[in-house]
Amino acid sequence: MLDDFMLRAGLAGLGVVLAAAPLGCFVVWRRMAFFGAATAHAAVLGVALSLALSVSIFAGVLAVSLLMAVLVTALSGRGYAMDTLLGVLAHAALAFGLVAVSFLSDVRIDLMAYLFGDILAVGRGDLAVIWGGAVLVLGLTLWRWQALLLETISDELAHAEGHDPRRDSLILTIALAIIIAVAIKVVGVLLITALLIIPAAAARAFSHTPEQMALGAAGIGMLSVAGGLWGSWHLDTPTGPSIVCVAALIFAALTTLGRVIRAKAAT
Amino acid sequence: MPMTATKQEPLIEAKGLDVRMGGQRVLEHVDLSISAGEILTIVGPNGSGKSTLLRALIGAVRLDGGKVTHAEGLRIGYVPQRLHIDPTLPLTVRRFLNLPRQHNKAQIEQALERAGIPNRADAAMTALSGGQFQRALMARALLDQPDLLILDEASQGLDQTGTADFYRQLEQIRDELNCGILLVSHDLHVVMRAADRVICLNHHICCQGHPEAVSNAPEYRALFGRYEEEALAIFRHDPHHHPHDHAHAPEAEVEADDAG
Repeated sequence: MLDDFMLRAGLAGLGVVLAAAPLGCFVVWRRMAFFGAATAHAAVLGVALSLALSVSIFAGVLAVSLLMAVLVTALSGRGYAMDTLLGVLAHAALAFGLVAVSFLSDVRIDLMAYLFGDILAVGRGDLAVIWGGAVLVLGLTLWRWQALLLETISDELAHAEGHDPRRDSLILTIALAIIIAVAIKVVGVLLITALLIIPAAAARAFSHTPEQMALGAAGIGMLSVAGGLWGSWHLDTPTGPSIVCVAALIFAALTTLGRVIRAKAAT
Repeated sequence: MPMTATKQEPLIEAKGLDVRMGGQRVLEHVDLSISAGEILTIVGPNGSGKSTLLRALIGAVRLDGGKVTHAEGLRIGYVPQRLHIDPTLPLTVRRFLNLPRQHNKAQIEQALERAGIPNRADAAMTALSGGQFQRALMARALLDQPDLLILDEASQGLDQTGTADFYRQLEQIRDELNCGILLVSHDLHVVMRAADRVICLNHHICCQGHPEAVSNAPEYRALFGRYEEEALAIFRHDPHHHPHDHAHAPEAEVEADDAG
């Protein structure tokens, strides 16, 4: 039954947005958007290395993304502002990745597929990797949900109540690296952060609790995948970017609606 | 009560704490212990390491020397000096109190009532005023009957009467829960009235003991002498006194200073 490429594409997108929803909320709340982008940009280097060493793309991207995340964490607080540091590392990783790919002259690779994703080409094996990673990310995030939430609000409260914020940050970083590694096929390295942030940000307007926001993000993510696939089928547009476009439109609509409703309530 | 048997055993014991930050020694050989039923206040000038000491006691700061021991199963209620909730994080008061453990409706309502903010359970944390926010933090800290309540400058933003009420409330909490209370404060006089023991900190412990003994100690006077006189002057000033009714000599002087 998984013969239809549209069905496989839909399932792949579904897996990614479901796992990205609660994780994306933490990326938004903890202001890690740029951190996520930097880690994702490093993924191109991971693609080049895995092709050169003939290991699976998933493993290569995961390793390089994790390395990048650890490097950023280790270098932070050593003289440079975080956004400068991330700007240097993210673009350096992307540039080195692109240069490294150009050395692989004997391997014909479609760079565009890694930069913007190639969701319509998702095979059964890809689907297994995507859903395996998605379940793992969802499991990690939900397992540490309460503690991560407390740590997001206050490190000190978390310490006082016997939690270990450093360990949980590491778990969050690992989850981020996994989602990047599995989503590269769906939306590509340049748009992964969009799938983390936009649905979560869109859900904010109508949420009163963190849980509502995570569920809302999941719903908006699913709607974006469905809308993006439908749009790209009928308008013959690239699928990954189409998904992100739908998510962005939902964000704009919900945020505006939220503003209008609140303004009315205030008068 | 079961607590009386272990009353002599300290809730938290710190020995020889050393903390350096950016090459500066923030804490030097600090020894401290607090027991159940005791109100211990740490006073010290700005930048004397008070907040760092609290953070070291809860394990949020890497120690460069010394050791912190917690009593087994110690439950800490912590009220931080400031808490920033990112506007992107939707959080009602109820959800905040239910973090990380769920409590039933009655428990939440009772906690809010005791904290003086009844009927605010469904308000967004970001919609609370400064005073209400502080009360919500307090309500959460007390929700699970802590063995030790730690407050970092918790009376900040309260006026003089509010501060006095606040410390009376602390004594009530101590008597009800038989918990230890550790607080850091600037409000020297009210603190002096409420505390059982005062530690005067300026990177190291300058002096400590009963409030009266500490306020007479030369080390304390060297640190706070001037500040204390100012604080006392504020206390003695009658707020209901209209300055133009009578021409008081000191006020006349002030006015003369302003004019010149």
